[in-house]
Order: sequence, then structure tokens, then C-alpha cells
Amino acid sequence: MAEVTYLEAIRDGLREEMDRDDRVFLLGEDIGAYGGAFKVTDGFLDRFGANRVIDTPISEAAIVGAAAGAAHMGLRPVAEMQFIDFIACAYDMLTNYVATARYRAGLSTPMVVRGPAGGYVRGGPFHSQMPEAAFFHTPGLKMVCPATARDAKGLIKASIRDEDPVIYFEHKFLYRRIKEDLPTDEEILTPIGKARVAREGTDLTIVTWSAMVWKSLEAAQRIEDEDGASVEVIDLRSLVPMDDDAIIESVRKTNRILIVQEDTRTGGVAGEITARVNEAAFEWLDAPVRRVTAHDVPLPYAPTLEDFVLPQVDDIVKAARWLLEY
Amino acid sequence: MAVTRKVTATDLESIPAGLTREQLLDIYYYLILTRSLEVKLVNLYRQGKVIGGLYRSLGQEGESVASAFALRRGDIMSPLIRNLGSMLVMGAQPTEILRQYMAKAQSPTRGREMNIHFNSLDLGYLGQISPLGDMVPVMAGITLSFKMRGELRVGMVYIGDGGTSTGAFHEGTNLAAVQRLPLVIVIEHNGYAYSTPTSAQTAVDRLAKKATAYGIPGVSVNGNDVFAVYEATKEAVATARRGGGTTIIEVVTYRRKGHAEHDDQRYQPKDEIKAWEQNDPVTKFETTILDRGWADQGSLTAIHDRVDRELEVAVESCENDPLPDPESALGGVYKEEGDIRPLWFRRADG
Repeated sequence: MAEVTYLEAIRDGLREEMDRDDRVFLLGEDIGAYGGAFKVTDGFLDRFGANRVIDTPISEAAIVGAAAGAAHMGLRPVAEMQFIDFIACAYDMLTNYVATARYRAGLSTPMVVRGPAGGYVRGGPFHSQMPEAAFFHTPGLKMVCPATARDAKGLIKASIRDEDPVIYFEHKFLYRRIKEDLPTDEEILTPIGKARVAREGTDLTIVTWSAMVWKSLEAAQRIEDEDGASVEVIDLRSLVPMDDDAIIESVRKTNRILIVQEDTRTGGVAGEITARVNEAAFEWLDAPVRRVTAHDVPLPYAPTLEDFVLPQVDDIVKAARWLLEY
Repeated sequence: MAVTRKVTATDLESIPAGLTREQLLDIYYYLILTRSLEVKLVNLYRQGKVIGGLYRSLGQEGESVASAFALRRGDIMSPLIRNLGSMLVMGAQPTEILRQYMAKAQSPTRGREMNIHFNSLDLGYLGQISPLGDMVPVMAGITLSFKMRGELRVGMVYIGDGGTSTGAFHEGTNLAAVQRLPLVIVIEHNGYAYSTPTSAQTAVDRLAKKATAYGIPGVSVNGNDVFAVYEATKEAVATARRGGGTTIIEVVTYRRKGHAEHDDQRYQPKDEIKAWEQNDPVTKFETTILDRGWADQGSLTAIHDRVDRELEVAVESCENDPLPDPESALGGVYKEEGDIRPLWFRRADG
């Protein structure tokens, strides 16, 4: 076993896949000599050479488009967005080109677009986004968002091996805050589309993903300590495909569900989960489905503002109590 | 225009760009095939059998056919909407084109996509999508794979005068240039992007000038001169193949029909269209090869007969084919899929 951070787990996963399969290569901005803005690819240029660790111009559309072309030809590109906020610059390429390729043209596009996502880091409006909803809506893309170091490693490896395009949201707040002992002598692969029960409980289900898993676990513990209620926390791990069965199974057990989402509220993933629970488990519910989300504003910079806009543990505790008392 | 004339000494000058007589007849075949297939499509369009829009390349067949003709097996090109000729050169079949336009179940995309939006990476063509410019980065990626694997293969991507205004064109061209990718970018300067003239699209007069900003060669050729286009493309392809990087070729031509068949072309001056009719690439090519004695009338007539026959058979073989089964709309979004049943309100057991 070795203790690794969430960031090191991503790095290890990338390195293992590049060692294993010479079709895997990286492209992105400042990923070579500099090792990436967060040093995820530190040392990769020396290990794998400039042919497989390609520093690109500041051209997100070209990075994604070129990755798609290379993927059509049988390579396994991993494209880095320096901050996931900039993926919007490649929105057309991802939604119109990449996402439709298999359906409209039978083209295989096994590629990964990964990048640091999420707030709580005082990054301001353009270095803090969790733009999952923008892609959640588009058939043809897969999306994963690990919360643990184990899944950070297991999902980057699974994403690289997947036959379809995967957007991999890595949460920059977790990069160096989450540490975990991971085995060094066994391969870690996290199946895409399978949720994880992060905490078992019987009175309320919290469905969440990425950094919100940790805030939800903290809230669940507090509810148990202070109220004596048992809260189950489901870590979705993948948003597309989503493990509906895991959600519904938990709701049928607890009869109450809270969805915790870091992204802004309107048109978000939490709304879709609400609809699915309504369609599949309405008669099992003892309370309305509720959501804790960010407020519908761009994410501001000042700590007081950012903390107000984003979901906090206190918000989750308050919402959980509302549901438990309903 | 059957002209019988004697071959004289001056006719024996060599054919440009190392083309053989057989190749000239091949080129002629594709020119006639392209033009005639479009005529068939117009008929089918008027009968309501072409479901969507019909995009003509009348007057641009020369540059399409000649540029694709400079590629060889293993190379990959990505066409634009007016590159029917390029598709046929690479090996796309008229029946495939017809079925695509008529949205048939047996079309290459099984009715999912339109017109010439389909691929065969084996034959060497990658179907475009409608957002212009997107294929430039994608072809940069395809040629990046050639470079990474040390393969002596070349990519070619077409873009229109309007398409050069997109961000994707810029990003893709810049990436190809800085990575010295084996890519030939053919800018079809046909005067109009839908209704917008090039003068409202860009402040440069010659689109090849844009190459300067990327640090790559840019050449401008008469797009209605098959020999000039072939020669320039052949050179750019050779440069790319020997590791010399990306080239922009501007082919100056003219779009004699509207953006699509429904377009009344009210924005194109009638005398402008007339003038370009006098500069037809097919007529020009035909006249040249006959005048120089590189082909005889009999061979050209035989090609017309062959094309007529082939297209008659092609249309007959598919015009009454069925449309796709409705539920075949589902599936094929991912390699491995979960539930691809119709939604509950469409199911008998819903």
C-alpha cells in the first residue's frame, strides 16, 4: 500500500495506461516541460517523449478536434483542459462533432477530455466552474467525476480504455486534500456507470458526486451524532451513464432523497435525478425530492461571496433535517 | 461537340504534372460522373424523393476532382458540401450518394445523416459535419496520427471562403502548421457563403494570403483549370508526404448555383453567372485534351455513355428502396448501451 493524493492517483493512472498501451498520448496546454498547471503530468515529457506528451497552442477546439481525429485512427488521446471552464471553447467540437460521431457516421472516438473542475478555491468565475450540465444533456458523451483517490485512479484508467468519448471532471479542491492508501500490487479500475455507497443508512438518501460527497458525508455524520438519524450517501461517480438502479434501490429503502449538487441549480443534473425518482419511485417517497445546489449566479471570487453561493455542510444538514421531519 | 482533327506536332508536348492519357480519361470520367449525378439528383429532388436540401457543385467539379486525384490510397480527405467530385474520386459510389440524399434505410448512414456526410476511412474519406471549420482540427488530429506513427500518409481538408472566418479553421490550421502536420488545406473560393460575398467575409482579396499568418506556404490557383489545381495539389501533397508540413491552396472558382437548390440566387448578378458559364472547368478540360490530342472524341463519348448507363442503373436500383424502420433511430449512440427501448409512451406495454 502507498498513500497517494487524489492528484497523484490521477497521475499514476495516466502513467500506468501510457506504460501499458503506446496508443495512449496526451495533448494540452503547458503539459510538457511545465507538467501542467497543477503538475498532473509532471515528469511525463521525460518519461514518454514529445511525441506522446504534446504541448499545444491555446486552442481548446483544436485540442478536442485533433484528439477526435487521432481517436478515429485508433489512438487513445487524453486531452487536458487547463481549467475545465475552458471546455466551453470546445463545446461545438464536443457536442456537434465528437458526441454524434458514432451515431451519425459509425465512427469510433475513444478519447478522454479531462481537467480541473469545481470551486471552493477562490478561483473566480472562470477557474471554478463545474460545467457538467452543459454536456449532461448531449447523447454520445460519457461523464465521470471521482470523489476518492481510488476512483480518481480507477476512473481515469477506465475512461482511457472506454470505446466512447469520456469527459473526466477532476475536482481541484480535492487534488491535495484527499489522501488514501492504495494498493501498489493490484490494478484499480472503476467501472463507468456504477455508483458507490459511500455511507450506508436507512432514514434518508443523499445522492451526490465529486467534492460534494465529502460535504455530504460530513453532514451525514453530524445528523447521526446530533439527531440519531441514519443517512445513506450515494456517490454517483459517473453522471453518464447514471446508475439509476442504485438511486432507486436506496430511495426504496429510505423513502426520502436529497440531491446535493455543486453546480448552479437551473437545468442541472439534480433536476434530472428528481425527474427520474419521480417516474420510477414516486409511490415509495414519504417526502418531496429536494435539492441543495449552488445559487444561480456566476461563481464570484471573494471568499464571503463564494461561500455564500456554493453549497456548504450546514446547508446539507438543514435540508436533511427538513426531509427527515417531513 | 464531336470534332475530328488531325494530330499535329505541337500536340505532342507532354501532359502537365506527369499525368498520363489514362489518367486524363479517369479525370474526365469523374467530372462527367459528378455533373451527371447532380442532374439525376435534381430530377429526384423535383419529384420529392430527395428529402432534404440539394447542394450543387456546378462549375466546381474541376477543382474537386483534380485535388482529390492528387491523393493516393492510404491518404484521407474530408470534403465539404460541394465536393461530390472528390468523394467519387476516393471511391464513394453513386448509389451511396443517391441513398443518402433520399434517406434510404440502406444508405451508408442508414438514414441518420444527409447527402455526402458519410465516411469510409478505408477508402480515405471522412464525412464532414455542418458547423464549418470543424473538420480542420479533426483532420489535424488524423494527420497527427500519421506523424506520430511515422506513416507516409497525407490528409486533405476542404474549407470554403466563408469557413475561413471560423475559429475552428484558425485553430486547426495553426495547430497543423506549428506541428508541421502532413495536411493540405484546400480553400474553395467560390465567391459566396450562402448569400454573403467574400468581400463581406474577409478583408483579404486572396485567401491564400492567410497562410502567411501561419508561417506555411499558400498558393492561389485557377480553380477552373484542372491541370493547375492538380499540379498545385500534387506538389503540396508531396511536400506533406516528405515531412514538409502543411500547405494552403486557394482554388479560385465560382458557385454557379445557389447555396442549395431552393435558393433563388437573387444576390448573384446574372451577368456574373453568365461570365462564369463561359469559364466552365469541364468544357475547358475537354477542349484542352482534345485540342492537344491527349484524348480522342470517341473515348470521351464512350465515357458519357458509360456514365449514363451507370447512373441509370444506380437510380433504378435504389429510388424505390424503403426508408429506415422508425425504431432504428434508437441505438448506436454508445458502443455498449443500456436500455435502447422507445420511451414508455411509445411502447405497447407503456
